[in-house]
Amino acid sequence: MLSKRIIPCLDVKDGRTVKGVNFVDLKDAGDPVELAWQYAQQGADELVFLDITATHERRGTTIEMVKSVARQLNIPFTIGGGITSVADAEALLNSGADKISINSAAVRNPALISDLAKAFGVQFVVVAVDTKFVEGRNMVHLNGGRLITELETEDWILHAESLGAGEILLTSMDHDGTKNGFDCLLLDKIARSINIPVIASGGAGRMEHFTEVFLQTGVDAALAASVFHFGEIPIPVLKEELKKHNIPVRL
Amino acid sequence: MIGIVNYGAGNIFSLTSALDRLDLPYGMINEEADLDKYTHIIIPGVGHAGTAMKKLDQTGLVAPIKALKKPVLGICVGMQLLTQHSEEGDADMMSIVPVKTRLFNKDQGIKIPHMGWNNITHKNNPLFEGVKNLTQFYFVHSYFIEYNPTFDIATAEYGMPFSAAVQKDNFYGVQFHPEKSGAAGERLLKNFSNLKH
Repeated sequence: MLSKRIIPCLDVKDGRTVKGVNFVDLKDAGDPVELAWQYAQQGADELVFLDITATHERRGTTIEMVKSVARQLNIPFTIGGGITSVADAEALLNSGADKISINSAAVRNPALISDLAKAFGVQFVVVAVDTKFVEGRNMVHLNGGRLITELETEDWILHAESLGAGEILLTSMDHDGTKNGFDCLLLDKIARSINIPVIASGGAGRMEHFTEVFLQTGVDAALAASVFHFGEIPIPVLKEELKKHNIPVRL
Repeated sequence: MIGIVNYGAGNIFSLTSALDRLDLPYGMINEEADLDKYTHIIIPGVGHAGTAMKKLDQTGLVAPIKALKKPVLGICVGMQLLTQHSEEGDADMMSIVPVKTRLFNKDQGIKIPHMGWNNITHKNNPLFEGVKNLTQFYFVHSYFIEYNPTFDIATAEYGMPFSAAVQKDNFYGVQFHPEKSGAAGERLLKNFSNLKH
């Protein structure tokens, strides 16, 4: 049976992990390679790196980081942030990234999804969508939720699937940072409406939030950052808990 | 020493990194003469099976590969190349293992691609030595190799049973990515390097 995936998300800038990470045994919390390796040891099923490097000139450091991670890591990983062209994506693929994630670049230029899918296969293309509930509708947002678009979330995701997205990473900006649980209603609606895997993101605070999202929705994976980075939810403990609820996990 | 068939189908950085971590030496196979330099051969592959077959054909390596008597391991699309035919691009493959590569059927209520960790039931083949049954491996594919009891050495289930691994004589294929399948995948690569034929 296909396991539900647990995915820690790491923010990286200029090739270094940012945001405080509180692991025992970690010599350098800013070293994405060591951090990634630790997560793999803990039983993370996959990792997502979100590159928040501000300038295009510094992208070279990201490529070097991806290579270092790929050399050490024996589980798949995705890299997102700043990818606006097939050439950007190809450089990351050749450096060992398993998937790339595109967000605002896909909204501004939807053809990028089909171009990437044609060039590298749909399994390589994750479309990340930030959604916020506005006046009774779920609307796609850009710039971390600050900029509303004219796209309704459900419509955009269907469109992205038809263009060749291989997976959807859906972040509820209303739930993100609240630690009050995932947006199960929307996630279930989306997971039922499309035929590609969905990663739930935004709102994880306690272990039962993961149980909820897997029992109440058809999502394939759940992503979180701070609850993992600060050791609030150790991944092995989380997986045992999910298993108790008969949720298929990799132990 | 392992030789990797270098025919331009997908990136092999992850594979060579895994071999580096395992201290397994390797080199690249670009032409027929290179096949003699290695004891074990890996055919990697990501992407479109029809396109991959065309690229492999252009290297002139198809006939020499078919004639090999040393252990050969096809990974993912590299495994599909060993079969008779793929529905992806309606393309003839190398016809080493007489089974077909087919598209998953979404009418079975499954999502395509089959992406993530799935457990396998294996048949104690030396390739899986030291790997417990029901261990999960990392899969990412939309096309699968039909289950055939003669050639199947490991089965996974996605909508229906399919072959996670096959063997015919010295030819082995795995649908999952051992280079991305944690410790179990690394064990499998090590086992392959120890195979004798």
